[in-house]
Amino acid sequence: MLEYARWKYWLVAIVLLVSLIFALPNVFGDERALQIARKDRAAMDAAQLGHIEDVLKKHGVTFKSAALEKGSAIVRFENDTEQLKARDVAKDETAGLSKDYVNAMMYASRSPSWLQALGLRAMPLGLDLRGGLYLLYQVDVDGAVAKLLDSYDQDVRRVLRTDNLTFTDINTLTDNSDIPNGIRVLLPPNTDQALVRASIKKVQSDLACRDANVAQGKAVDCVLTPQQVRERRDFAITSNITTLRNRVNALGVSEPIVQRQGLDRILVQLPGVQNSAEVKDLLGKVATLEYRMVDPRPVPTNNRAPIGAKIYDRYDRGQYVGKIMLKRDVIVTGDQLTDARSSSGQQGPEVSVTLNSAGGDEMLRNTRANLGKPMAVVFIEQRSETVNGPDGKPMLDEQGKAITRIIKDEKVVSVATINGVFSNRFQTTGLTMNEAKDLSQLLRGGALTAPISIANEKTITATLGEENIDKGVMALVIGMSALFLFMILYYQMFGIVADLVLLANVIVLTALLSMLSVALSLPGIAGIILTVGMAVDANVLIYERIREELRNGVSPQAAIRAGFDKAFSAIADSNVTTFIAGVVLFVFGTGAIKGFAIVLSLGILTSMFTSLMGSRALLTLLYGGRRKVAKLAIG
Amino acid sequence: MEFFHKKTSFPFMATRKVWYTLSAILMIGSFVSFYVYGLNFAIDFTGGISVESNFPRQVEIETVRKAVVAAGFHEPQVSYLGSTRDVNIGLQYTGQSADQVRPLFQQALTSIDPAAKITALEIVGPQVGDELRNAAIQSMAATLFLIGIYIWFRFHTWRLSLGAIFAVLHDPILVLGVFSFTQTKFDLAVVAAILAVIGYSLNDTVIVFDRIRENFEKNRRLASDLTLDNAINQTLSRTIMTKVTTSIVIVALLLLGGEALRGFSEALLIGIAAGTYSSIWISSAVALSFGLKAEHLFPTVHKDPIDQLP
Repeated sequence: MLEYARWKYWLVAIVLLVSLIFALPNVFGDERALQIARKDRAAMDAAQLGHIEDVLKKHGVTFKSAALEKGSAIVRFENDTEQLKARDVAKDETAGLSKDYVNAMMYASRSPSWLQALGLRAMPLGLDLRGGLYLLYQVDVDGAVAKLLDSYDQDVRRVLRTDNLTFTDINTLTDNSDIPNGIRVLLPPNTDQALVRASIKKVQSDLACRDANVAQGKAVDCVLTPQQVRERRDFAITSNITTLRNRVNALGVSEPIVQRQGLDRILVQLPGVQNSAEVKDLLGKVATLEYRMVDPRPVPTNNRAPIGAKIYDRYDRGQYVGKIMLKRDVIVTGDQLTDARSSSGQQGPEVSVTLNSAGGDEMLRNTRANLGKPMAVVFIEQRSETVNGPDGKPMLDEQGKAITRIIKDEKVVSVATINGVFSNRFQTTGLTMNEAKDLSQLLRGGALTAPISIANEKTITATLGEENIDKGVMALVIGMSALFLFMILYYQMFGIVADLVLLANVIVLTALLSMLSVALSLPGIAGIILTVGMAVDANVLIYERIREELRNGVSPQAAIRAGFDKAFSAIADSNVTTFIAGVVLFVFGTGAIKGFAIVLSLGILTSMFTSLMGSRALLTLLYGGRRKVAKLAIG
Repeated sequence: MEFFHKKTSFPFMATRKVWYTLSAILMIGSFVSFYVYGLNFAIDFTGGISVESNFPRQVEIETVRKAVVAAGFHEPQVSYLGSTRDVNIGLQYTGQSADQVRPLFQQALTSIDPAAKITALEIVGPQVGDELRNAAIQSMAATLFLIGIYIWFRFHTWRLSLGAIFAVLHDPILVLGVFSFTQTKFDLAVVAAILAVIGYSLNDTVIVFDRIRENFEKNRRLASDLTLDNAINQTLSRTIMTKVTTSIVIVALLLLGGEALRGFSEALLIGIAAGTYSSIWISSAVALSFGLKAEHLFPTVHKDPIDQLP
């Protein structure tokens, strides 16, 4: 007698049903759309929607539908050409939409509203299937360490001054390292070094300092431990990822990917994004503000700043107006900014700045102490570029990495006399409109802890993506059909069972991938196809075993039972090896290859489930129970 | 329908010298081809050039492609970039500098429209490729190592592990040989395919080994070569059946999946053919040549006489 526990039937049925629902959104897919919203963020009414439709029609844009969703208009298109055309119209000043409305390109789901209400989504499509921008950023982690040292420099200056300890200068120090990893405080001959160390300890408790005697006299050296350097580098990556994510979110792209890759790289994928120059400019920018007091001494004619001062170029609304000398001590840096918004005030474009409490306190103390004196705003822009050798190719260091250099543009954009005491909220003027807009957007997204440069960049057009999908789906359908036919020919009734199980496998796998929102790429589709081919294997192992048992004269029902029992160890063993390959591929692979690895590994699990449990449930339904089975239709 | 209606009894072990020779020839051939021709690395590994250009009015992709080819570039990939007036041209890394390439492109674009502009020109250096290449080699080594450990753990004898590793090395080497000989584009997807092949090829070997263990369990007295022959013959129809089903879908992928998946599907097809061969003819034979016997799989427990004393 062939039996199968009732709860196992239920398990198979429930898993299949749930999978079916989760996989369903993929059947509907999505389509290109343009979201048009009012600039003042108010909800749009039917009349305005009608106006938008009329304008689009007038400019020869054909669209599938236009409807109000959550207060903004969603216009859906057949293809990307029409979508781009509509976007151009929406942006075009003469068409009359750009004055009152903002727009964003997006993908609108085609699934019915009840599915969308359940929060179920189709697998996001990878760049190769959807088109978009792929950016691999190289993070200048050493630059992050330099920036940390710079802030130590500032802190130490401040605390020594408040503690009335005199020092000659503070320099960076390279101690047993290939990059600067510490600071050296040079002291006058009669200073007590222990006092200086105690003072530094107050602001930087985890910085190890020791006394030193150098050519210039007494000094205190504070050096980062290798652990601290490592942590700083790590922090540079993670905080840069956060910043990039903020900036990407500000772009309004659907389904963006921002993730760490390897030791010092960040991968950014922006599906559907095509205006790459604009986007790259905004993502990679390191722009920030610093507030410093103006040094009242005249600028030396040789342009060499005296100790404690720094010389800058002074700009006024984008125009160079001469040199200016500022005090070295920074009052407030960009890290202390919490919010920034651009607006146009009486004196032209301005940025309204909000500081965190530490920055606010510092600003309050400073404005109180320096009432009536001029304060300057320094605008800092950093970018890193690869250094080209004489042959025009990028120069590589010993490890084969491209050598990059950081170009730092620092300019004073505004000088104003402190007329009143203020702390954490104030305005900065003196920028051009574009600078003000860019700056506020950048400051709001957070500053990049370390400069980044593009190591690899890829743009894939939407048409290529659609072609790839069509081909992948075609290969899947034809491949599966041929396989199904072959299985039925070879195993008859058992072949039909195997085919149903395979179909179930594809559904469960699709559901899992949708649940985990694994981005589906071309290699991912190939992985699914391959999984189908391989999932047959478990069935083949079982069926061949059943045939063997039948040949040995075992009764049909006992043969089925023995087939499953004996094939189990072979199925488990053989899947483990492929699973190992899948996991290794996941660990070492990048991007689309990772997707393939996920599909491969998950496919092994789902195929084990469907072929061991699903196919046994079906076969027991067909041949199980108390009925007499004389012959199995196994070919 | 059945491939083998009766029980087969091919003498695989007795003829193993023949298969060793064949394998040796294939391996040496692959190595020679690999060294003589080298691999035709794709842009993933070599870096490349990308040019963005802007036209005052709409332009056809095909027009641009022709103009770029006429300027002396091979296989340019031309596509729209945001609008039908902005065009992206992708090329393999040529070793030329940006300053050398720029005038050539400018000329090609001006021939289409005098007002055409290059808006961005970028050369992706090869350093990313080098890292990818290292990652590829590391991942293959890691896979082989982990699988070797698994086999050893599962079958308790280095003879079978060694057989499996011989068989498994066989397949990627052959794929690399064929890829270098035919100069098929070698991209990241091919690496993924090779790793998958390593997994699948082992899958077959493990099925055979599983049977060997089962047969030894049933009858430890039977000579090793006969036991191994039986195991391979018993699993033969499954081995071939699975290869047929997998090949069906891969052929579909090869014919319909488009250019982007060509290398991937070819590598899988070659690898799976090699994997079938190696798991039938090589893996068990190597284990036998190293003297595989029943007791290696089931070490007899020697009871210490002292334990039996009261």
